[in-house]
Amino acid sequence: MNTTTVPTPQKPWETTNKQRLSTASIIFAAILISFIVIKLTGLDGKLGFLSTLFIVSTLLIFIQQWRLRDKAAAKDSLLSSFALLGMIMTVIPIVSIVYTVVIKGYKGIHFGMFINDMSLNSVNDPIKDGGLLHALVGTIIMVGGALVISFPIGVLTALYLTEIRGKLSRPIPSIVAGLFILSSLVYPVTKSLSGMMGSFALSILMIPTIARTSEEMLRLIPQELREAGVALGGTQWRTVAGVILPAARSGLVTAIILGMARIIGETAPLLLVSGGGDSLNFNPTSGAMGSLPYYIWKAFLTGGTDEAFARAWGGLLVLLAFIFILFGLARFISGRKGN
Amino acid sequence: MSTPNLVIPPPREITTKPRRSDQIFRGVVTVGGMASLVILGLIALFLSVKGIHILREEKFGFISGSKWEVITDDSGSIAESSFGIGAMLVGTLLCSIIAIAIGVPIAVLGALYLTFYAKGAVKNFLVSLVDLMAAFPSLLYGFWAFFIFMSSAEYWAKLLNKYFGFIPFFEVPAPIFERSPFIAGLVLAIMIIPIVTSISREIFDQTPLDRIQAAYALGASKLAMIRAVVIPFGRGGVIGGAMLGLGRAMGETVAVYTVLNVVYQINWQVLFGAGGNVASLILLKFGEAGPYEVDALMAAGLILFLLTLFVNAVADVLINRFGSKGR
Repeated sequence: MNTTTVPTPQKPWETTNKQRLSTASIIFAAILISFIVIKLTGLDGKLGFLSTLFIVSTLLIFIQQWRLRDKAAAKDSLLSSFALLGMIMTVIPIVSIVYTVVIKGYKGIHFGMFINDMSLNSVNDPIKDGGLLHALVGTIIMVGGALVISFPIGVLTALYLTEIRGKLSRPIPSIVAGLFILSSLVYPVTKSLSGMMGSFALSILMIPTIARTSEEMLRLIPQELREAGVALGGTQWRTVAGVILPAARSGLVTAIILGMARIIGETAPLLLVSGGGDSLNFNPTSGAMGSLPYYIWKAFLTGGTDEAFARAWGGLLVLLAFIFILFGLARFISGRKGN
Repeated sequence: MSTPNLVIPPPREITTKPRRSDQIFRGVVTVGGMASLVILGLIALFLSVKGIHILREEKFGFISGSKWEVITDDSGSIAESSFGIGAMLVGTLLCSIIAIAIGVPIAVLGALYLTFYAKGAVKNFLVSLVDLMAAFPSLLYGFWAFFIFMSSAEYWAKLLNKYFGFIPFFEVPAPIFERSPFIAGLVLAIMIIPIVTSISREIFDQTPLDRIQAAYALGASKLAMIRAVVIPFGRGGVIGGAMLGLGRAMGETVAVYTVLNVVYQINWQVLFGAGGNVASLILLKFGEAGPYEVDALMAAGLILFLLTLFVNAVADVLINRFGSKGR
C-alpha cells in the first residue's frame, strides 16, 4: 500500500514574516535616524523631517537591496523611491489646497449668502450681510450660455475629427479670449459689457475641452458599429445620427460636464468683458453681470478685513464644491457604462 | 454542341459619390469642425486690426523695449507714449522655464509611479485626483499660493540665495524674497504638474506590452526596463506634454497676477521680488487704460497668442508623432 503525501501548498511569492520584519525595521530605523538628525542639526519643521526621512529611508532601502541582492536591484529601488516621491509631491499641493479652502471657507458659508446679493453691502461688512446669489446666477447664466454655443461646435469638431478625419482646435490663453471678444464684439458692436459677452469668451475656452473629450469618447465607439450601420444600408448621416451619437451619449454628457468644470472658475476673461456686477441681473444682454470668480476676486483684492477674506474663502469653497460635484458627476456617468 | 447563350451584363458604375443627405451632413460637420479653426483665425485677425498700428509705430521696439508709459497733456490727449513688452516677455519666459524645470521631472516621476508601481484602487484614486487637479481654476491656485504657499517658498528662496548666491541668477539686490519670479514659477509648476502627468501617463500606458515583457524576460529590473523600453518610446510624447504645460504656463494670468509683484523692469534675478508676465500686464493695465493704450494691450495679446499657438503646435506635432491623442 502506498501512502501518498499531499504536499502542503506553498506560496513562495508571498512576503514571509522575515521580510515583513526587515521592512518594518527599516521604517523604524529610518524614522529613528531622521529624529536624531533633526535633533543634532539645525533642520526643523515638518518639511525638514519629511525630507530627511525620505533621504534616510531611500539610503537604507538601497543598502538593504544591495546586501540582499545586487547592485542592479539597489539602483532599481532608487527609482521606485523617487517615483513615489514624485507622486507625493504631486499630491501634497492638492491636499493642501482642498484642506485650506475647506478650513478657511466654512466660516464664510451661511444660509443667507444663497438668497442675498451684494448690492447693498461692501465686502468689508459682517459676513452675515449680503451674499453671492448674484454671482451664482451670473455664473450659471454665463456658463449655460457658453455651453449652448460650445456644445454644437465642440461635438461637430469631434465628429469631423473622427468621421472625416483631420486635426484642429487648440487651447489658448484665457486672457486672449477676453481680448478677442473685446476687440471683435464689445468695441465695434455692443459697446457695453454684459453677461452674453462673458458667455462668448467662456465658450472660446470651452470648445477645445468639449471637442477633445468628445473626440476621445467617439473614438471609443467600435469601428464595427459604424461598419454595421453602413452595411445595413444606412448612409453616413443615418449611421452617425442613429448609431454613433446614441452610443456615445454618456460620453458626450461627460464632455459637457468636464467643459463646465473647466470654465466655471475662469476669471481673467470675465474681468475684461462681463463687467462685475454686485446686484442680481437675470438679463445676459444688458448690464454688468456678477460671477463667482469675480465675487472672490473682488473680496480678496478690494477688501483687507477678516470679513472680506472670509467672504472670499467662502466663495472659493462654493466654487470648489461646484467643481467637485461636476467632476464626480462626470466620473459617475462615464464609469456607469462599460465597466 | 451549342454554345451557351452568354449574357454579358453591362458594366456597373461603381461610385463613391455620397448621397445628397451625406453631402449635407459632411458639409455641416466640416463647417462646424472648421469653426474652431476659424475662431483661431478671427482672434489673430481682430487682435491685429486693433493692435497693428501700435506695432507699426513701435516696430521691433515693441518686443525688445521695456517701457510702458503713456504721458497725457493737460487736456487729456496723449502727448507721448511708448510701449514695449520686452520686460514682460523676459518675465514670461523666466517663470515658465522655472515651472518646466521643476514641474516636468516631478510629473514624469509621478507618471512612472502611476503606470508601473501603483495598483488597483490606489491607482484609480490617484488618477482621478490628478485629473481633478487639472480642472482646478487658476484663481484657486493663485490665492492658495498667496496665503499658504508663499511663506514656505520664501524660505526655500532664502536657502537658495544663502548657498548658491554666488551664481548671478540667485543673487538679490535687496533682501526682498516675497512675490518673486521664482515663487511664481513654483506655482506654475504646481499648476502644470497634473497636465504633464496625465499626458505622460497616457503615453507610458501605450508602451507595447511585448517589449516590456521581453525586457523582463531578458532579466531586466524595472529600472533597466524603463530605461531601455519606456523612455525611448515615450520621450517625444513627454516632451510634447511638457510643451503643452509650457503653453499653459506662458498664458497664465490670474495666478501670476496674484503671486508675482508686477514691476516694469527686466529682472533676471529670479529670487528678487519683481517681475511680470505678458498676461498679467494686460490684466494690470486694462483697468485704467484709455482707448489708445487698450490697442497696445491688444498688440501684447497678439504676441502672447502667437507665442502660445506656436508652442502648442509644436506640442501637438510631438504628441501626435509619438502616438497619443494627448490632452
